[in-house]
Parts: sequence; structure tokens; C-alpha cells
Amino acid sequence: VASRSLPWVRETMPVMSGIGAAGRNNVVVAGRDDAPVVMLAHGFGCDQNMWRLIAPGLARDFRVVLFDHVGSGRSDLSAWQPGRYATLDGYADDVLRICHELELRDVAFVGHSVAAMIGVLAAIREPGRFSKLVLVGPSPRYVDDAGYRGGFSRADIDELLDSLDSNYLGWSAAMAPVIMGNPERPELAGELAASFCRTDPVIARAFARTTFLSDNRADLARVAVPTLVLQCARDVIAPAEVGAFVRAQIPGATLVTLSATGHCPQLSAPEETLAAIASFAGLGP
Amino acid sequence: VSGTGHEPGPGHPGDAGLAAGTDFPSLLEDSAEDLYENAPCGYLSTLLDGQIAKVNGTLLSWLGYARDELVGHRYFSDLLTIGGKLYHETHFAPLLSMQGHVGGVALELRTAGGARLPVLVNSVVKASPAGEPLLIRTTVIDARDRRAYEQELLRARQEADRERERLQLLVTTLQRSLLPPALPDVPGLEAAVHYHFASPDEVGGDFYDLFPLGQDRWGLFLGDVSGKGADAAAVTSLIRYTLRAAAAYDPGPGTVLGTLNDALREEYERDHGHFCTAIFGLLTPDGDGFTLTLAVGGHPLPLLIAADGAACYPPLPGGPLIGALHDAAFTAAVIRLAPGDTLLLYTDGLTEARTGAGRDRLGDEALLAFAASIAPTTAGAAVSAAIALLDGFGGGLDDDIAVLALGVPPPPGPAPG
Repeated sequence: VASRSLPWVRETMPVMSGIGAAGRNNVVVAGRDDAPVVMLAHGFGCDQNMWRLIAPGLARDFRVVLFDHVGSGRSDLSAWQPGRYATLDGYADDVLRICHELELRDVAFVGHSVAAMIGVLAAIREPGRFSKLVLVGPSPRYVDDAGYRGGFSRADIDELLDSLDSNYLGWSAAMAPVIMGNPERPELAGELAASFCRTDPVIARAFARTTFLSDNRADLARVAVPTLVLQCARDVIAPAEVGAFVRAQIPGATLVTLSATGHCPQLSAPEETLAAIASFAGLGP
Repeated sequence: VSGTGHEPGPGHPGDAGLAAGTDFPSLLEDSAEDLYENAPCGYLSTLLDGQIAKVNGTLLSWLGYARDELVGHRYFSDLLTIGGKLYHETHFAPLLSMQGHVGGVALELRTAGGARLPVLVNSVVKASPAGEPLLIRTTVIDARDRRAYEQELLRARQEADRERERLQLLVTTLQRSLLPPALPDVPGLEAAVHYHFASPDEVGGDFYDLFPLGQDRWGLFLGDVSGKGADAAAVTSLIRYTLRAAAAYDPGPGTVLGTLNDALREEYERDHGHFCTAIFGLLTPDGDGFTLTLAVGGHPLPLLIAADGAACYPPLPGGPLIGALHDAAFTAAVIRLAPGDTLLLYTDGLTEARTGAGRDRLGDEALLAFAASIAPTTAGAAVSAAIALLDGFGGGLDDDIAVLALGVPPPPGPAPG
């Protein structure tokens, strides 16, 4: 994986023009135009390149739509507003805007980590737009509550916000050319790796707050779209009991436990993850 | 370069001069094993899923674990604090998988006794000759001193951020006090305005106002002070109150600008002078339209966008830069705004704007062409179009820009039948 890190999306996929939702969210589309749509949404931390090991496989059978959340990756950082993105609704709104602009229908939405709940919110607002939901390592609430174990205390989350701050200096220095760079300058392939997990520290901190302090438990029962929960065997961010909770709350949801470990099965076990997504997304409506 | 320019001597380990007759291996008691185990940094090898496969003595002693408590039993993320675990899963591991190496990441390890150890972590993925990733090698550097220093830097940075926010708040408040909070309602006239601030850290040097002057008369002005910041704000304040007071006394636009010229010269004569450009206008209803008496001091001419779709710079007598000359005279001229006509006043930030890629200035000709392209229009639509024009310039706006449009709404369309 490591040595073959050239970003495949730049080599094989058309990039949408830099206007509207497609430009704001750096939308990239691959695969056959007439195939069913799979939309891949990355979580807190990095960008759409999280999907780079499975998107080419999916593109054989699906029209694959990738994007960066505003504030991440190569999204339009100037479109980020603290108020709009203080809740996951702002992110869900962006997902729907992309769907409208690209006229996507019967979308199989695959959301990793926090994007799982972004997909849940989008599917509640426009159930007719989505054919399937695949929630990879979802958590409707990270902080423990009475009768609920999310895996973290409030103090734990505060510590995360602090640890983001301790990497603040490094990020600022490393991010400067990306934030302040001239957009007219031709992009170098190597820059993608450099920008993959880096973002403006202020935005990262706000996204962390939104991600780890949200509570979407009550939304789960309102999902009316066939849903698959993909749970990793050993995930410190979304433990098995949280995956079981999500499956139990969403009417008719199924759960598949991957043998993959960690929070990012699309990186640690791409074949297994690809197969699980493709078989569920490929099922008839 | 070790030893260059120095006398070789004992006490200089690594000095080439020592080599003769010295048995390095026995002196250093080195072996690869010893170098690894007792290196001045922690070494850790894990499987790709993070399971600890090998760890050196240095790291074990820092953490207070026995080797068999970690190897085969714990994962790298088990050694991290909760915040570190989340950071590791969401940033570190994906980045490592993508580039094959991650360096200089600040994390905290949790020792067996529960204490926190600030460290800097570097990881590389070791791959087989065929390129298959096999395991992850990590070096861990004690960063306690460095972290304390970074905390201090971070604190200073946060303080600077807070100060900047405070400054911006102050600037915004001051700026607001120099501009009218809203344009007054002038019956039969539509007015619209836009102010582009070049910097949130400095008070802009452009100003405008539209205000009643008794029954059925309104004064208006728009201009640009030399310089910006606190100095310009003080001058703007003087200009604004001088113009309003002068207009209340004698609203003839030429006289008003003459009074301002005198006031600036008296106030700033010994101070290398402060100048401004301005247009002052007196607006009076005139049948279905308005009569506008205008005087100009060193300011770009406004644009008249007529109801018939024509656009022009009306031929107004230009006056000198205000505050530059003793006894400067400003001559007023009259134009009429008929239904459907719109007058666009602006500061030179608009014509001086760099128009994106080519980095040419917009210029008077292009502005005229822009006006013709939106004619006929209304005040609101003209300002919206100007905002869209500015947005299209991206980063080419290095000056403040004020745009004020005055329009007489067109007559309602012919009645049906």
C-alpha cells in the first residue's frame, strides 16, 4: 500500500468543474454513467482518498461518487462556516445538494465513521433519494450516557480536542502552503499525500467537536432505507456494542462484522470491505 | 567535518584523529543488538494491525512494562491516551497507510503507572521486496522538554489569536460607526450600497452616506481617504462630520467640498497633509425623477446607466484632490435621474481591482462595458451585479471598495389593454 501511494483518482477519474456543490465538495465521479450510484463519504480525519483502495473495484459495477466534506481535503475551505458545520445537519445538507446537482437517484450511500450519521440524517430528510445505507463503523453518540455506552467519557473527548491542539503547531506549519497556496498553480501529485490528513486546525477542531459531541440516537428509528452496518472486529472508536445498538435501532437493519481491525476497514481490509459493500449495494431494491 | 580545524585529541569521540591504534568495537562495546536495545529513543515494531511484535529496552523502561506484557499482547494504540487513540485512528494510521511513513506527530503515551509521557512519533511501513507491506516500525522520542516549549508557543499563539479577534471586533465596531447603519428611505428613489473590506484587521479608507437635509432634500457623499487604519479612521471621522455640518449650513455641493478642503488643510497642515477624494451630491425630487447636483474632488466620475440601455460617464467638471491645495474651488453640475435611470458611484478600488488571472486592472473602459452590459437596471440589481463582478476577481481585491447606486424605479409597464 505504502509504496504505491499515487492517488488513483487523479489518474483515472474526471474531476467535476469547480463550481456549485461539486466544486465546493471536490466531487469526483467514476464508473459507468448508467450503473447504480454508490456515494462514498469519508469520516473525521482525512478525505475521499480513504476510499482509494476500494473505489476502483466499486467503479466496475457502480457509478461511484466521491467527495470531501467542506473543510477537509480539497474542498473549498472558504465555504466553511462555523455555524453551518456546528451540527451534522450542515454536512447532510451538502450531501443532498450534491445529489440534487448531479441528479443522483436511488443512491447507495456509504458513510464511514461520522459520515454514517450524516447519511442517516440525509436519508431521513429525503428517503426517496436513497436506495441503501451502508454505515461503516457508525456511532450515534460517542460519549457514554445513562443506559448507553458509547465508549468515551466527556473528559476523553476533551482530551482529544487537546491532542488536536498539541498538533496545532505542526499542522499550521505544514498546512500553510495548502491554505495560502495559489489555486492557479498546477497541482503536483505528491501534494495530495501531503494534504490527505491535514486541514486547517480551527476547522479540524470544530469538526472534532461536531463529530464527537453529536447525539443522533433518536434519529436511528426514523431511517426508512434498507441499512447495513459494517462493524470491525476491534475498533476503539466504534466498539462492537455501539454497532449492535445501531443495528437494533434502525428498523430492519442488518449487521456484518468484518474480520478487519481498527476503525478504517477500507484501508486495513479493502477486499473484504469492498465485497460487503458491493453485495449489499448490488441487491435489488 | 568532525575535527576539521581542531587539534585532534582524546576527549573528541568520533574524531578521525583517534582512529589510529584505537579498537573502536571494544571501546564502544557496540553491537546491533545493543544499539537497538539501549538506543536513546524508543523502538517499536508492530504488525500492520498495530499488534506489538518487538520493543526495545529504552521504551520498556520509559513505560515501566516488562517485555512480555506488551509483545503479542498489546496494540500500539493501547499505549496511547484516549485523545491519542482517536488521533491515531483518524489521522495517523490512514496517513501511514497512504504514504508509508508519518513523522513528527505529537502523542502522549500512558505508562504502566498511569503517568503521561509526551513523545514525538515517527513510523515507517516496512515492505517486502515485492512491495507488500509487512510491518510498521516506529521510533519514539521523549518530548517532555519540547512539549513544554510547544505549550508555551501554543499559549502565545492562542493569545495572539485572541488579540486579533479583539482587534477585529474593535475595527468592525469603529468601521460601523463611520458608515451609516442603513440608508434612509427616500420616497421615489431606490438606493443600494456595498462595502468590500480589504482586510478585517484595518479600518477601511472608503466612506459614504445618504442623509436628509430638511424637507424634500437629501445629501449624499462617497469618497476615499489616503491611507487606512486608525489614522484614516480619524480623518474619515472628521470628513464625515464636516460634510454633514457643512451641508446643513449650505448644501451647495461645490461649497461643501470647499469647506471640507479648508477643514482638512487646517487640521493636517503641519502633518504632511491628509487628502481625500469625494463626490458630494444634493438630491431633490423633480417630477417623476430627481435632480442631482454633484461636485467632484479628485474622485472617479460616476456612471449613469440610463433607462434606454445606454451607459456613460456624465461630463461633470472634475475638481482637485481635497486637502491638497489652498483655496481649491469645486464646481457643481446638475444631472437628472429619470425613471429607469441608475447612477453608480464607486471608489477607485473597483477600477483598480486586479481582474484575476491576467492581473490587469479593471479600468474605466471595462467598467463602462460592464455598466452597458447590465443596462437598464435598478439600484439593487446594479449593486448585486457589482458584487458578482468583484467575486469573480477572487484574490484580486487589495483595496477597500465602496459602491453606492441611486436609481429611480422605472414606470410600471403599460396597462393591459
